[in-house]
Amino acid sequence: MLAIFRKEINAFFSSLIGFIVIGAFLVLMGLLLWVFPDFSVLDGNYATLDTLFAIAPMVFLFLIPAVTMRSFAEENQSGTLELLVTRPLSDWQIVAGKYLAAMTLVVFALLPTALYYFTVYRLGAPPGNLDSGGIMGSYIGLLFLAAAFAAIGLFASSLTTNQIVAFLLATLLCFTVYLVFDFLSQLPIFYGTSDDLVQALGMQSHYDALSRGVLDTRDVVYFLSVIAVFLAATVLSLGRRKW
Amino acid sequence: MSVKVRHLVKQYGTQRAVDDLSFEAHKGEVLGFLGPNGAGKSTTMKIITGYLPQTEGSAEVCGFDVTDQSMEARARVGYLPELNPLYRDMYVTEYLEFTGRVHQVPNLSKRIDTMVERTGLGSHRHKQVGALSKGYRQRVGLAQAMLHDPEVLILDEPTSGLDPNQIVEIRALIQELGREKTVILSTHILREVEAVCHRAIIIHKGKLVADSPIGELQQQFSAQHRVTVAFDRPVKPEALRAIPGVASVEAAGTQRWLLTAPLHTDVRPAVFAFAIAQQAVLLELHQEAYSMEDVFQQLTK
Repeated sequence: MLAIFRKEINAFFSSLIGFIVIGAFLVLMGLLLWVFPDFSVLDGNYATLDTLFAIAPMVFLFLIPAVTMRSFAEENQSGTLELLVTRPLSDWQIVAGKYLAAMTLVVFALLPTALYYFTVYRLGAPPGNLDSGGIMGSYIGLLFLAAAFAAIGLFASSLTTNQIVAFLLATLLCFTVYLVFDFLSQLPIFYGTSDDLVQALGMQSHYDALSRGVLDTRDVVYFLSVIAVFLAATVLSLGRRKW
Repeated sequence: MSVKVRHLVKQYGTQRAVDDLSFEAHKGEVLGFLGPNGAGKSTTMKIITGYLPQTEGSAEVCGFDVTDQSMEARARVGYLPELNPLYRDMYVTEYLEFTGRVHQVPNLSKRIDTMVERTGLGSHRHKQVGALSKGYRQRVGLAQAMLHDPEVLILDEPTSGLDPNQIVEIRALIQELGREKTVILSTHILREVEAVCHRAIIIHKGKLVADSPIGELQQQFSAQHRVTVAFDRPVKPEALRAIPGVASVEAAGTQRWLLTAPLHTDVRPAVFAFAIAQQAVLLELHQEAYSMEDVFQQLTK
């Protein structure tokens, strides 16, 4: 598993994908947070990082599928998957190695944003006057969100030999799980009867709950289940040659 | 017994790709796996390597069942799939390091040096796999298959698409490997089997049609000699058939004839005598045993 993890990390950084993803994420976040007046902390007059946590899921919606799209699609395409699955490795080890590599990349993209936290911390009046608990919760929520997106992306990649199809499919699936349930819950047929249930199926309500700084087990269990379901589906899809 | 395949069946929908196939491969042997395209060669190899599950029957590698003790079996197999898939954007050494780590090869860098030297990759080891020529890529494919020193090597068409010089080099390497390991090699180049293999298995439509040492295979099917004869004037085929020992007569041109005769009778003196009796001049008289091509064609018609 460690061998696969190392290979994937090397692949991210030798093919520039890693640098582009981290770079794009940080540049976009930096611009939105500090430069563009509509969103900027400096023009908002409040010492918060709410903009970061509102925008980051949208950026992840596109960046994480870009990270995961090649993981299995490329191996399917070039035939290297046949060699990989005939090595003395279980399908779970292969999926886990690739998943952890993708998550490592996401963590490396998020890590530098800690700098923004300290900046805003210093900018508060008096310094330190910000909701640190809420920010911690938001970071945890964002990590769970990214972890779920990465599992979805890996699954989408295992279904196809075409990286573009994998990317589009992953974006669509992430979008559906993240937002569509929220939209659905506003339909008149659900309204007032089961709208909270439909909403709870989507990721947004759980992400928002975590962002408030409340680590509710229900939200954590929700994210862990989504991750587990999609990773299991990926393993299943890898084994479909055996059906 | 390194590889043991018993009553193997692979069913794809209604089609039987492999149909009740049984064979064995021993240590120190290069086993040629022959058959027309679509005969089930690759499918059988994929089952032995654990890529595909069989529908019925069993396959064993060094005593480990490929389904029940998959990890143990896989650790003992080196596999070069058809078309030799490789990570094109990896460097040669990087790829071998990755393979070695997956197999947990001890003293990896030393082992890589040995493999690089043995496959003649020396001057190319720091290049990207995608930048290599086909012959060198094939060597990388062989190097990754041999890296963890497996007891069984499964090579699916290892020389396809190489130029004649490269073919000779790769064959020499395979022969060398065959001395200490079990090599199963699929091909449809018959000369390759004659040149490299100790034993050949011919399969046709998933069924085993022949399994014997190369020499025997040729002998078994050269139960007949083929004699080509040409005279300077027309002769009657009935007259030719009357020559003692001639089994069949076939016209092969205006005054050329193709005769067959049992293996242990030499009909050439009788044909010569026949020519004198007919007062015909003998222009050509040539006898040959059946070649591998004929054996192959007869068995897979």
